[in-house]
Amino acid sequence: MGRYVIRRMLWVVLVVLVVTMITFVIFYVMPPSDPATRFAGKQPTPALVAQVKEQLGLDKPVYQQYGLFVKRLFLGDEYGWPGLGFNYDGRVSVRDEMFRRAPISFQLAAGAAIIWLVMGISIGIVSALKRRTFLDRFAMGFALFGVSAPVFWLGLMGLFIFWQKFGLLPGTGYSPFRDNPWEWFLHMIMPWTVLALLYAAYYARMVRGNLIETMGEDYIRTARAKGLSESKVVGKHGLRASLTPVVTLFGIDLALLLGGAIITETVFNLPGIGSWVIQSTVRGDLPAVLGVTVLASFLVAFLSLCVDIVYAWLDPRVRYS
Amino acid sequence: MAEALFEVKDLRVHFNTPDGVVKAVDGLSFTVERGETFGIVGESGSGKSVTCLTALGLTNRKAADITGEVLFQGKNLLELPPNELRKIRGKDLAMIFQDPFACLHPFYRVGDQIVEAVQAHEDVPKEKARERVVELLAAVGIPKPKERFRDYPHQYSGGMRQRAMIAMALVHNPDILIADEPTTALDVTVQAQILDLIDRVKKDFNIGVILITHDLGVVADVAAKVMVMYAGRAMERGTKDEVFSQPLHPYAWGLLESIPTVTQKGTRLIPIEGAPPSLINVPPGCPFHPRCPHRFEPCDKEVPPFKDRGGGHPEACHLSIEEKRRLWSTRESRRLKEAV
Repeated sequence: MGRYVIRRMLWVVLVVLVVTMITFVIFYVMPPSDPATRFAGKQPTPALVAQVKEQLGLDKPVYQQYGLFVKRLFLGDEYGWPGLGFNYDGRVSVRDEMFRRAPISFQLAAGAAIIWLVMGISIGIVSALKRRTFLDRFAMGFALFGVSAPVFWLGLMGLFIFWQKFGLLPGTGYSPFRDNPWEWFLHMIMPWTVLALLYAAYYARMVRGNLIETMGEDYIRTARAKGLSESKVVGKHGLRASLTPVVTLFGIDLALLLGGAIITETVFNLPGIGSWVIQSTVRGDLPAVLGVTVLASFLVAFLSLCVDIVYAWLDPRVRYS
Repeated sequence: MAEALFEVKDLRVHFNTPDGVVKAVDGLSFTVERGETFGIVGESGSGKSVTCLTALGLTNRKAADITGEVLFQGKNLLELPPNELRKIRGKDLAMIFQDPFACLHPFYRVGDQIVEAVQAHEDVPKEKARERVVELLAAVGIPKPKERFRDYPHQYSGGMRQRAMIAMALVHNPDILIADEPTTALDVTVQAQILDLIDRVKKDFNIGVILITHDLGVVADVAAKVMVMYAGRAMERGTKDEVFSQPLHPYAWGLLESIPTVTQKGTRLIPIEGAPPSLINVPPGCPFHPRCPHRFEPCDKEVPPFKDRGGGHPEACHLSIEEKRRLWSTRESRRLKEAV
């Protein structure tokens, strides 16, 4: 197990390197416009552009730029570890900006994840057990709505109804937890719910399908044949087998969200990773984009490792083979 | 003297499906006595398994019309509320299934799954239950039961899984063990071991065994009585010797002629022509008549009653007993002649 984990950790590093290399090529070798020109001011002289180029490190050959990037990433730079350089726009540390914004994205993702797990799993279970009843139809109708409704639409509708019409919730923006927990909660509840709805719908359908399939398995019949109560048959034997695949999906979904829920953060004006990466991409602020890419690819690779470890712990057949 | 332990009276199980009513079991009666093995033989879909699953309440009662009686311990199991039936299931009435690979939960240790069966009906501390399970695992022939207790199902071979299933069925010293095709998924050598084990368990625990199988060889090995089923109905029922040496129903003849035997070397295997009927559109009259080479006037109109026509045991065929004896002996002699 230990050796397996170490091997997988090396894989995580490799994945991050490959992903950054691809990002580097996309943003540095094939840029739509020269970033130096863009950040040199309104009417830059060629000399100024050259100076900016040198400041940003864009005068060196690409492989040297990438080598420097990797070196700083692993060894750190003047802003600390991991070294992600500075923003072209404003020349501030990417690392500091990321550490300031990441917690907001994490709060958004974690809150949404709790809501969607609770909603998705419970709706899925009820739907599977009450199959073909009104309750099931209603739940699956909701799931269809959740899957189909785009986040930006849901978010704007939510804002319109709860903020504009009834004034029940504060509007967009972020209010730090430390200043006022209740304010923080009121600001987060709508982004959480909107983001969770899509996943809740998706998870409900999956849990329902898994549980229905599992309840048809022979070992469920065995569990009944030994005289277990129906609650134990479902709660212990049925759920254990049907929720295990959910773990895999959850790990990846969470990782992707931690890298920034772009639309939700934009709609609700939350200063997280997602809204930052959009702004940076539009402005051609390459170091910020690269920084987010490193973070996101690391999270995906790392959480999928966690998923594999948890899965091996949950499913003994994986553990031994 | 044997006592009647388990009695099925005129059982009918009709499933309502979108395509029509599936008459899975249609008027079936039999009794099982303590200390005997009762074999139920028939092709796939003849209603063997449904009969037993229904008795245990493992079929969906809501989706089926179930009539008749299943008497056990003086109660009609079909009328028991689900929770009462649950208290009997796995305690006095235990069942093992066809595919031991799929019947154990892949995520739990084999031992723990059996402990669960102990604790389902008895309030015993886990330690005590564990000791009992280890003893039982040893009793059903699992080597190193203490270590094997901690294994997961995928670490067991097929035969060992079926042994574990048998151990699980025995935890509460049941009165009846229903074995639904217990050897079908196993190697031939392992089959014999499992059948031996079931036979030994029957004697040691003095229980009644209902052995469901499509394999006449299995029945010939261990059953005292045999019932041949076709399309949800009994075709013939008698002691093993009666059914195997003086079979009275053309379907039983067909079954016997279609299995190889070692003693009659060189005899041709004769398949039964055609396929079992759809249980939605069971042929009128005798359900076997479209495939029967001896069908005559009333076969496609009147359902032959299941009764003793003078042959010593009940069967369901319109032919007279003399005619049956004559037909069977000519079929036998023709087959033996071909063998020479």
